[in-house]
Amino acid sequence: MNALKKASNATNAFAKSWANFVIKFKWPVLLITMLLALGLGSQGNMEFDGDYHVFFSKSNPELEAFDALQEKYTKDDNVVLVLSPSNGNVFTKNNLSAIEALTKEAWNTPYSSRVDAITNYQYTRAVGDDLYVDDLSYESSLKTDDDIKKIRQIALKEPLLVNRIINEAGSVTAINITVKLPGVDINEIPGEVTPFVRNMISNFETKHPKIKIHSSGLIPMNTAFFEASMKDLMLTMIMLVIVVITTLILTRNFVSTFATLIVVLFSIISAIGFVGIMGIKLTPPSAVFPTMILTLAVADSIHILVTMLQKMRKEGLNKIDALKEAMRLNFMPVFITSLTTIIGFLTMNFGDVPPFWDLGNITAFGMLMAFLFSTTTLPALMAILPVKSKVKKASDTPIKSSLYTVFGNFVVKQPVRLTIISVLVISGLTYLASKNTFNDEFVNYFDKTVDFRNSTDYISENLTGIYNIEYSVGSGESGGINNPEYLKNLNAFENWLKKQPEVIHVNAFSEIARRVNRSMHGDDTNFYRVPENRDEAAQYLLLYELSLPFGLDLNNQINVDKSETRVTVTTENISSAEMIAFSKRGENWLKNNTPEAMHAIGVSPTLMFSKLGFRQADSMLNGNIVALILISLVLMLALRSFKLGLLSIIPNVTPVLVGFGIWALYKGQINTGMVVVFGMTLGIIVDDTVHFMSKFLRAKRELGYNSKQAVVYAFETVGKALVTTTVVLLAGFTVLSTSSFALNSYMARITLIIIIAALVIDFILLPSLLILTSKKEDKIISNEKVAQVAFDK
Amino acid sequence: MKKIIFILAILSTIVIQAQSAEARGLEIAKAAEQADLGFKSSTVHLKMILKNKNGQTSERSLTTKTLELTEDGDKSLIVFNSPKDVKGTSTLTFTHKVGSDDQWLFLPSIKRVKRISSNNKSGPFVGSEFAYEDLSSIEVEKYTYKFIEEKGELLIVEQDPVDQKSGYTRRLVTYNKNKGYRIEKVEFYDRKNALLKTLTYTGYKLYKNKFWRAATFNMINHQSNKETVLFFSNYNFDVALTEEDFTQNALIRTGS
Repeated sequence: MNALKKASNATNAFAKSWANFVIKFKWPVLLITMLLALGLGSQGNMEFDGDYHVFFSKSNPELEAFDALQEKYTKDDNVVLVLSPSNGNVFTKNNLSAIEALTKEAWNTPYSSRVDAITNYQYTRAVGDDLYVDDLSYESSLKTDDDIKKIRQIALKEPLLVNRIINEAGSVTAINITVKLPGVDINEIPGEVTPFVRNMISNFETKHPKIKIHSSGLIPMNTAFFEASMKDLMLTMIMLVIVVITTLILTRNFVSTFATLIVVLFSIISAIGFVGIMGIKLTPPSAVFPTMILTLAVADSIHILVTMLQKMRKEGLNKIDALKEAMRLNFMPVFITSLTTIIGFLTMNFGDVPPFWDLGNITAFGMLMAFLFSTTTLPALMAILPVKSKVKKASDTPIKSSLYTVFGNFVVKQPVRLTIISVLVISGLTYLASKNTFNDEFVNYFDKTVDFRNSTDYISENLTGIYNIEYSVGSGESGGINNPEYLKNLNAFENWLKKQPEVIHVNAFSEIARRVNRSMHGDDTNFYRVPENRDEAAQYLLLYELSLPFGLDLNNQINVDKSETRVTVTTENISSAEMIAFSKRGENWLKNNTPEAMHAIGVSPTLMFSKLGFRQADSMLNGNIVALILISLVLMLALRSFKLGLLSIIPNVTPVLVGFGIWALYKGQINTGMVVVFGMTLGIIVDDTVHFMSKFLRAKRELGYNSKQAVVYAFETVGKALVTTTVVLLAGFTVLSTSSFALNSYMARITLIIIIAALVIDFILLPSLLILTSKKEDKIISNEKVAQVAFDK
Repeated sequence: MKKIIFILAILSTIVIQAQSAEARGLEIAKAAEQADLGFKSSTVHLKMILKNKNGQTSERSLTTKTLELTEDGDKSLIVFNSPKDVKGTSTLTFTHKVGSDDQWLFLPSIKRVKRISSNNKSGPFVGSEFAYEDLSSIEVEKYTYKFIEEKGELLIVEQDPVDQKSGYTRRLVTYNKNKGYRIEKVEFYDRKNALLKTLTYTGYKLYKNKFWRAATFNMINHQSNKETVLFFSNYNFDVALTEEDFTQNALIRTGS
């Protein structure tokens, strides 16, 4: 015990000399820290990345598979414009002419390589040995009513168009703009493509008020990600206001509020510098870092300032003495809580989702800087600025704290009962927590305040699906896609896919083979089947290649070697689990019904997102264990008690279980963003446990209280502090929960539940357990002074 | 008042220059056509190598016969020699100075000639980076012209396609005035006026002391990063082909 006492005295002495140093050299300290913050800030460079690829690590197998597929075929991005004429019929002279005009304008989209619409669909018609290939509706304004009737009939029977470019009723149609981005400049989409498309849409809608346009596709999704990042970054402003108000209420002092504001601003500026230096491109998850840092960093300053002002107001100390005392008392707690928070955020690196690595690292760095500025800039500023305070004769405080005393006494009376109730409630909720299912439907990442979400929902309700799966089906030999055996099997696969309930549209090479075969036989529908002879198939393919329009080539669907073709399946909006199951079903069908060369795995961005939550959960498991061990170790050291360190695991782990249990009742679906919550909240909620336990220990070790008295003492001394820090945290995460981006808002919402649960557990279960586990000790209670807890004073 | 006169003066010089630029462009195009006039007919072997952005390649070999016509556009017959499964497939094309071209296709597997009527000249030729309009015979009437600049022996002319269905807004063509106005390079600008492709001609040889023919056409697509190279060999200007060699029957004969 002697060694511990020495250590404790050493930390105390360190905190004292730190405080003395900072106050003595207040001007240089202020200047140097300011230079540090501004110096870091000057390196700051905030760029946003809207590419959905950022959500996948380089080693993600689903991404690798998808990239491999895109290497074989063409890699395209797209914008889908969906037109809904108010008369409910696409096929009128006016509407077709409008579509033609918009299609023509769409060719001017920056980086566009192809525009597909109902009007420029290459309609092939055979009369005897004559083949006519032409736009389905060219110069629509000159068409007669009969022509238009015919166009309607053709379009609504064409498998390539129905449920893709036109709905079955013929009331909604799409224009698909294919875009090939050079990928050189991050500004290609937000700076060029998106403004052009938006401008084109608004011009069109002004000119044709009776046609409504919705836009979706990969480019609008990219823009939505981009704009979600910017919007979430703006939450910082709201949080700043909340920080100012909270600090004012808690300290009732303008100078303190000002100093707090400086500290949090310096922390954020430094973090922005970190972003620039590390070359991090912000994404919706990582763009919330300033709000995170604000929420977590403000507690440091508040603890120090509240103690200082208390010392001045209640004990009548002068400013400098009060400041030194506040520094001495809070240095270790602030250090420990910063340390656990940093550990919590750094564990995000264990996951498999890069934006969360960024969030974890930026916030961890911000917290490190917040600790530094809270213990340097803050005392320096407070030493420089005049702080007025009236000494109040202590009298009003007991009334306030009585609430906590009453509660403490309530708990002390019935520890067994409370423990049993808690265990029952927690077990029940833990059971429920296991009922949550992963769902990362990326469209639902955006809430209904986002245009992209609404438009995409509209499109999936009225025209086609937005989720897809692709299979690259091989033939095993160069040029083998013309092998009749291969074509037959592919055709069977296509037919099987079409029969699946979740499938909306299938695009397979076998359809082209059937179509060309029919054309070569004078449009005889009996020949709407795959060719039965290899040379025939190869020559038809050559003919088909000869008839492709500008901007289209076979490579879209067939690899260069002509040994593999791409099957694209468009599905309804189905959950991640259903998507994974569907993809598997397709893979199994190929395994059971085709030769080995044709076996293929399903890939697509939809599938990548579907599996992201599972992958993140698997990889975060280690991170969470590491966080739990590290943080428990920190606690054991801080509390100087192995037993309590071990006991602390209960109030630290159970809030998360409770949180997910309640979530199961609230939503039941969890996404990738929520997986990081365990490590993150652990670093935050552990503060409650630390504060409560250290007061409890102090009461027992120093004041010689028994467990029950010690619990009441802990309630009296830290009850209010815990409630206030919880309130600050709740404010911050409430702000984040308003995010339009579900990875952020869900994460914030469950964090809210967890933080509340943590407080409740620390107020009910923890004290009950402390009493129950200390029963033996209470019997042999001694007044022997035990080493003072580092934490405490 | 002075200002107005000054502006008018500048404007008029611009207009005059513009006019002369257009006239000079047309003049160069005509000179090029004139220089290549009178080859009557030719045959050539052609190897086509398609390369995608990852460097994967596929190869085709063809034979082309061309018959020069002055009244209307040229006639051509293309036969595929490889890959094996399309061997013998051939196309016969009559280009027209005005209106869409006529095209017939012979497929040996079904031993039938199919006539293809299509306005679609902007599509790719058998999956290559060459569009039909890049390969069909050069007719002065198909473009409007604007002379851009002269660089030593090179003359650069902008050509704007007349056909509404062309895939291009303009082409920048580099002629070599000292080498019978042969074309050294063409840059293609797509419908949104962004650089789409560059075609460079190399390995020029002079045949019959009059006709410059390049051995290699190299087309690079800047937007898709794909590339197509055409290697020409065995140019023959002494075949003395006639209209008889460019009929549907001739198509069947060469194909089978």
